[in-house]
Amino acid sequence: MGALLDIDRLAVALPGPRGPLPILHDVSLTVGEGELVGIAGESGCGKSMTAQTLLGLLPPGAKVTGSARFDGTELLTLDRKGWQKVRGAGIAMVFQDPTAALHPMLTVGRQLTEHMRVHLGVDRKAARRRAVDLLDQVRIPDPERALEAYPHQFSGGMRQRVAIASALAAQPRLLIADEPTTALDVTVQAGILALLDRLRRDTGLAVAFITHDLGVLSALTARSYVFYAGRVVESGPTGQLLTKPEHPYTAALLGARPHGGQTGVALTPIPGSPPAPGELPPGCAFSPRCAHVRDECRTAVPPLHPAGPGRAAACVIRPELEVAA
Amino acid sequence: MTLLDIDGVHVEHKPRGRAPVRAVAGVDLSVAPGQIVGLVGESGCGKSSLARVAAGLTAPSAGEVRYAGRPVTPLGWRRRTADQVGLQMVFQNPYASLNPRRAVGEQLLDGVPAEVTGAARSARLNELLERVGMPAAAASRYPHQFSGGQRQRLAIARALAPQPRVIIADEPVTALDASSQAQVVNLLVGLVRELGMGMLFISHDLALVHEIADVTAVMYLGKIVETAPTRQLWAQPHHPYTRALIDAVPRISTEPVLPATLAGEVPDPANAPAGCRFAPRCPHAFDRCATEPPTVAIGPSAGVACWLHQPAPQTARL
Repeated sequence: MGALLDIDRLAVALPGPRGPLPILHDVSLTVGEGELVGIAGESGCGKSMTAQTLLGLLPPGAKVTGSARFDGTELLTLDRKGWQKVRGAGIAMVFQDPTAALHPMLTVGRQLTEHMRVHLGVDRKAARRRAVDLLDQVRIPDPERALEAYPHQFSGGMRQRVAIASALAAQPRLLIADEPTTALDVTVQAGILALLDRLRRDTGLAVAFITHDLGVLSALTARSYVFYAGRVVESGPTGQLLTKPEHPYTAALLGARPHGGQTGVALTPIPGSPPAPGELPPGCAFSPRCAHVRDECRTAVPPLHPAGPGRAAACVIRPELEVAA
Repeated sequence: MTLLDIDGVHVEHKPRGRAPVRAVAGVDLSVAPGQIVGLVGESGCGKSSLARVAAGLTAPSAGEVRYAGRPVTPLGWRRRTADQVGLQMVFQNPYASLNPRRAVGEQLLDGVPAEVTGAARSARLNELLERVGMPAAAASRYPHQFSGGQRQRLAIARALAPQPRVIIADEPVTALDASSQAQVVNLLVGLVRELGMGMLFISHDLALVHEIADVTAVMYLGKIVETAPTRQLWAQPHHPYTRALIDAVPRISTEPVLPATLAGEVPDPANAPAGCRFAPRCPHAFDRCATEPPTVAIGPSAGVACWLHQPAPQTARL
């Protein structure tokens, strides 16, 4: 048996005004049973597009090649019926904005029990019992009462926990969490991270956690992938990846975040901005912003090379990288 | 000498048909030239209500805000006195704070005093754009032609147009990506250091405030619970809430370590707990916390509002 989720050389192109616009290039990624995997990068780097591919939510006209197998099933060739089986009970998703994920005019109880009855085939009473259990699991006080409440009656953090409960309703095996804590306060974020970790330990839930916050990545995940311009540029055990990065982009992201140094010059910004899809520079997409760039970087796209046990980096020059502690 | 003084400010929102909500319940804070004061706290603690009052956008229900010694009065923009334009604000969302239908240059020139005319006026425009690292050609373009980080830099340029002495920045980088966040933060810090402006930097990102603020104030449910020089506050937080906030920040380490969680939710400000407002969530709460703690000094320019740090009443009198 392989990994629960096995993405192999996935490429996605969206229809654009001047022909197909490549968004993802050659993405390979695995998530094991009960594993917490991080996906990091700036906005527009393809993190969310990967998630959408895994749920069959790509806009019409999208061209997809490669393979994405979930528990042995090829996702990319599924029909409507097939997707209905995978979504919810196989793969579930939590979005950044819980307000958009919950229906404003249905009670929380109705939203939680609906997919249980569809996917698990349980009766109304059993579904209600399970909904109370779920809300209790995500630490919503007084779950019986919460079932009768509407989403607007909760605070942002509680709403996100309700959204997580709703994603878990049909007992998925993989949860894709797309920036679920970005809009939340640190104290609330800490609660959600603890919740995801507990679910992984207690129920064997696998989680793919998408974030741009490297602190969150380090606190929660065992293994990570760093995306840049629609490609995986570095992967490996999160602790090693963030303390001894092999790719200049990972190092640059680390330098741009506050590290409590009070050095006078606050942060080290990455010059320029990420390239738009369809406007990629030749060779390594990060080369125009890279401090270590050399001529050979501009000739060909660097492939992911093994870089130590369980690690890989897509950089041809592999400079010595210094990271502020 | 301080430039901006917030003195005993209360802000009450009165929703129709409901009890008034006290968003800010007595806050004292001051900003000196060349100083960055960080204000941190969870959402709903009253940070933005305080920012709006400090900038003179809304009136406090009690207390006073003074800029350069004179009270800031929330008047219509036509009647704002010339010396008060030295107090400027940068908002969280640069998509909403710039007018989508007007060219960037026009919007920046709104803030340049009318006395500056002709060639001096366009020179000022170029200077503003250069200061925020944008090309002069940006003046004739429209906001939608820029990325989020660039737009926030343009919003900062506009705030700089009347040559302000104090800037209130309310979550200025929250909506931005890591790399543009760093650019905007460095720009703001550079302005304070080079032009000697004062800045009230409001954010829920503690790590960021730690990085740039000279002094940090921690707000909880409408009140400042602790103020101290930033380094001291992080090295030795006195208030249990400050400690909880700092412990909740995820850190980079070789092994995954989950940040510490804080029990409970921020209470609804409409029915705030009597006594210390943090008491229901505080791991150290005891009997005395049912009455409100006064703020006591814990060293020069630092204070904490917590009974744990009060001298016992009997011994204090000896």
